[in-house]
Amino acid sequence: MAEDVKKPEELIQIDYGPPKRSWMDPTVKFERGSYNYAAVKDNQEYLSLPFPRKWQPYEDDWQLPDGWEEIIFKGFKERLEKYRSLRIFMDICVRCGACADKCHFFIGSGDPKNMPVLRAELLRSVYRNDFTTAGKVLGKFAGGRKLTVGVLKEWFYYFYQCTECRRCSVFCPYGIDTAEITMMARELMNLIGISIEWIGTPVANCFRTGNHLGIQPHGFKDSIDFAVDELEELTGVRVEAPINKKGAEILFVAPSADYFASPHYYTLLGYLQLFHEIGLDYTWSSYASEGGNFGLFHSAEMMKRLNSKIYMEAKRLGVKWIIGGECGHMWRVVHQYMDTLNGPADFLEEPVSPFTGTRFENTRATKMVHISEFTADLIHHNKLKLDPSRNDHWRVTYHDSCNPVRAMGLLEEPRYVINSVCNNFHEMPENTIREQTFCCGSGAGLGTDENFEMRMRGGLPRANAVQYVHDKHDVNILLCMCAIDKATLPPLLEYWVPGVEVGGVHEMVGNALIMKGQHDRPTDLRGTPYEQDGKEGDDNV
Amino acid sequence: MNLFFSLVVIAVLIALPWLLVGAAGLDYLFGVIVPYVALAVFVVGLIMRVLQWARLPVPFRTPTTCGQQKSLPWIKPSRLENPHSTLGVIGRMLLEVLFFRSLFRNTRSELRDSSRLTYFADKWLWAGGLAFHWAFLIVVARHFRFFLEPVPWCVSVMEGLDSFFQVGLPIIYLTDVIIIAALTYLFFRRIINPRLRYISLAADYFPLLLLLGIAVSGVWMRYFDKTDIVGIKELTMGLVTLSPVVPEGISALFFVHLFLVSALLIYFPFSKLVHAGGVFFSPTRNLANNNRVKRHINPWDYPVKVHTYEEYEDEFRDVMKAAEMPLEKE
Amino acid sequence: MYDAGKVILGIVVFLALVTFPLWYNLAGEVSVAAPELEKAEGSQCVQDAEWMRGHHMDLLDDWRDEVVRDGERYFVGPDGQRMEKSLSNTCLSCHVNKDKFCDRCHNYMSVDPYCWDCHVIPKEVM
Repeated sequence: MAEDVKKPEELIQIDYGPPKRSWMDPTVKFERGSYNYAAVKDNQEYLSLPFPRKWQPYEDDWQLPDGWEEIIFKGFKERLEKYRSLRIFMDICVRCGACADKCHFFIGSGDPKNMPVLRAELLRSVYRNDFTTAGKVLGKFAGGRKLTVGVLKEWFYYFYQCTECRRCSVFCPYGIDTAEITMMARELMNLIGISIEWIGTPVANCFRTGNHLGIQPHGFKDSIDFAVDELEELTGVRVEAPINKKGAEILFVAPSADYFASPHYYTLLGYLQLFHEIGLDYTWSSYASEGGNFGLFHSAEMMKRLNSKIYMEAKRLGVKWIIGGECGHMWRVVHQYMDTLNGPADFLEEPVSPFTGTRFENTRATKMVHISEFTADLIHHNKLKLDPSRNDHWRVTYHDSCNPVRAMGLLEEPRYVINSVCNNFHEMPENTIREQTFCCGSGAGLGTDENFEMRMRGGLPRANAVQYVHDKHDVNILLCMCAIDKATLPPLLEYWVPGVEVGGVHEMVGNALIMKGQHDRPTDLRGTPYEQDGKEGDDNV
Repeated sequence: MNLFFSLVVIAVLIALPWLLVGAAGLDYLFGVIVPYVALAVFVVGLIMRVLQWARLPVPFRTPTTCGQQKSLPWIKPSRLENPHSTLGVIGRMLLEVLFFRSLFRNTRSELRDSSRLTYFADKWLWAGGLAFHWAFLIVVARHFRFFLEPVPWCVSVMEGLDSFFQVGLPIIYLTDVIIIAALTYLFFRRIINPRLRYISLAADYFPLLLLLGIAVSGVWMRYFDKTDIVGIKELTMGLVTLSPVVPEGISALFFVHLFLVSALLIYFPFSKLVHAGGVFFSPTRNLANNNRVKRHINPWDYPVKVHTYEEYEDEFRDVMKAAEMPLEKE
Repeated sequence: MYDAGKVILGIVVFLALVTFPLWYNLAGEVSVAAPELEKAEGSQCVQDAEWMRGHHMDLLDDWRDEVVRDGERYFVGPDGQRMEKSLSNTCLSCHVNKDKFCDRCHNYMSVDPYCWDCHVIPKEVM
């Protein structure tokens, strides 16, 4: 792949001028690097999805089922009757253009159909043609378009060029949420067997094995055990990490990448240290070994199918409440959907921290607490012995992940934790953080290698903001609380801002946490030795 | 093309009453029948539209949160940007509807020297939009002097404030100037900005032109080609008291103004202008972010095919046993 | 229907606003027709009545400017007579009752001219 990737200098020559041809003429070219491969037939079959087949987007013939237009029409009609959001968003856009340059894909590509307004118009034009009087009578003059293969290909291209990050929805005067529109469009395409591999495969894996990576129970146990061993080497402390333990107080659910990918892994070490140090009575689950939920990127039904495991497992194990790890879209599902989809969680208890007595009243119904809420509370009550100077080799900045910010409002908890465990924290420019944060460019199932160029384009605004603090404050690590971020920001930064690492917030917690009975810790969790001449080294001299 | 189409339609809408009232004497049609039909279409159409939205379920609670959530007691929540209570939601909606809060955030991004992305605050659209909407509201409210007898004091006070500077004769209303300036800006930004021109449909130019036509014809009548407004009030009072009359001597310009207003009323419920009502229904704004506190019910929820723990253990029992993991069934 | 209470409240408010003029005028029980003006005492106005309905304020405005700024106090009336450009002395000599002439329309239309900020209303026309 590497040889035909454009160079950064080349990629950043972006033309924001719109083309001459009207957007209503569909023109999509599937060029390498800017689309995703089709979902695999076996996985589609495993999930009992309609019209499984072998096809690829770059082929002329997508082998669409007979009467596919009718299927989409019916599906569209059904969703217009089931979702007030969809109908409202179809009806009230005034095309004011405020959203245009808020999308990271537009900023990075200049493609006008990546303006949220036009992305929505791709669907809206068909809505007008099929469901409004004006569209039926006036057709093109009323902005209506017939659903053709060309339009469908456009849908595929552009609705898999939206990471459902909701940044546009912050700026829209009516709160029109492109994430919602993209979800609906993807559901419609699913009806005729059109989806992408990087969603289909993780979803099928998760359904079967409990996690996106398809790790079977013994593999899961191996990973956790390996981390326990390694932690012992790093700290001299042997922690316990129970799996599928009945009667534990708390079920802990993290994204699967945390125990199988890097740099997520260091965050896992941080969790293990923390839970051991405070003596938390908790358990992992191999059956619910995935916090993330690629079903969200597929359909509401698939999201429900995957999410069901968390509550079912909490019930089976008889825990009192649940803590969730560092993940972005997981928290969109947990916070905004889980209770509605699979609740009520009346078999659980209202979460109360066993160490501080804090009642997490904000999770009274769902009974699932974000780990940064949990940790911030511990630190606030002085329950942890922390030495922030153990992170002095890191000059950190923090990337707000889209979903916890714009679908939850998790802003201060991670910052409080970071400020408690790091001495050098520098924020990126204000238009790129908090509710205005920029996506990594690879969320919502788009983080594939074949989509590399588009990912680099989509991640440009984020990378550019990192560049700013890298130049100004020598920032050398970008912290985040999202598994997709941790997987896709490293290549992004390597491409645009070499020299900046990516890490998790609880990795920093782990570094700074002083454990009872620890031996001398000459390295951080990554195995990087602390410099001997600094104050770190004083003990060793 | 979209612009041209809109211009032609507007020209026809102006020409119709202009020619027909004068030549064919269709005063009663344009002075009474058309306004009544227009008002009926507007009221019924808008209510139908609202009821159509209201009938639709809101399966999930998905507010867009633009500030700190309410979580730990010592972290200050953002009550308006991320409301967790009904009161907060009302506050957020008021900010949104009265002051266009979200639009106020607007920024413009620029890629400088092909290397650095910068973001500027860009309040022009916000200012233009807010100016138009408020001016329009005040202009409409001022028109109640044509519909009420006696004219209530609040309308008079509003007129007094609106003509604060006492310039011109009759005294120029500030809102007349503002509404035309704002509409002109909103119209020309669509034409001049290539990105906006690219996304603009006929349905975007047409309402702006229609509103401009209404504002200009009204202003023209008040300041330039004056007419007998007592006669006009007789007509409007007749309309609102359901005893319509068309007095002699009302200028054709008035009928143009009235016809364009009627066109707006008819067009309103079937166009993007329904954002006026729709904004109240936007689920990303009108719901409280109390998701984990209070369960939201999806009325059309249905059972789905899940993968149970039993099925999972059945498939993986051997490897789990080998790995000494706890099992339900040995 | 969801949020039925709020939606119905909204619709009621909307209907109340739209139909407000009807209720207001019915409740007022006043005549909604244009006011009757008192007949002028003279035989002929300085311009024809139709023009005066729309433009009398322009005429008075012009008169004021001409008199105050240029000192041109007189004009030739429609019947060839020399007349004074004066609201109080010329206009009100025929329209003898301000209350039943000027004010009726101005009140009906909610117009508040600033003539009387400076001009004293002559006793006999009050």
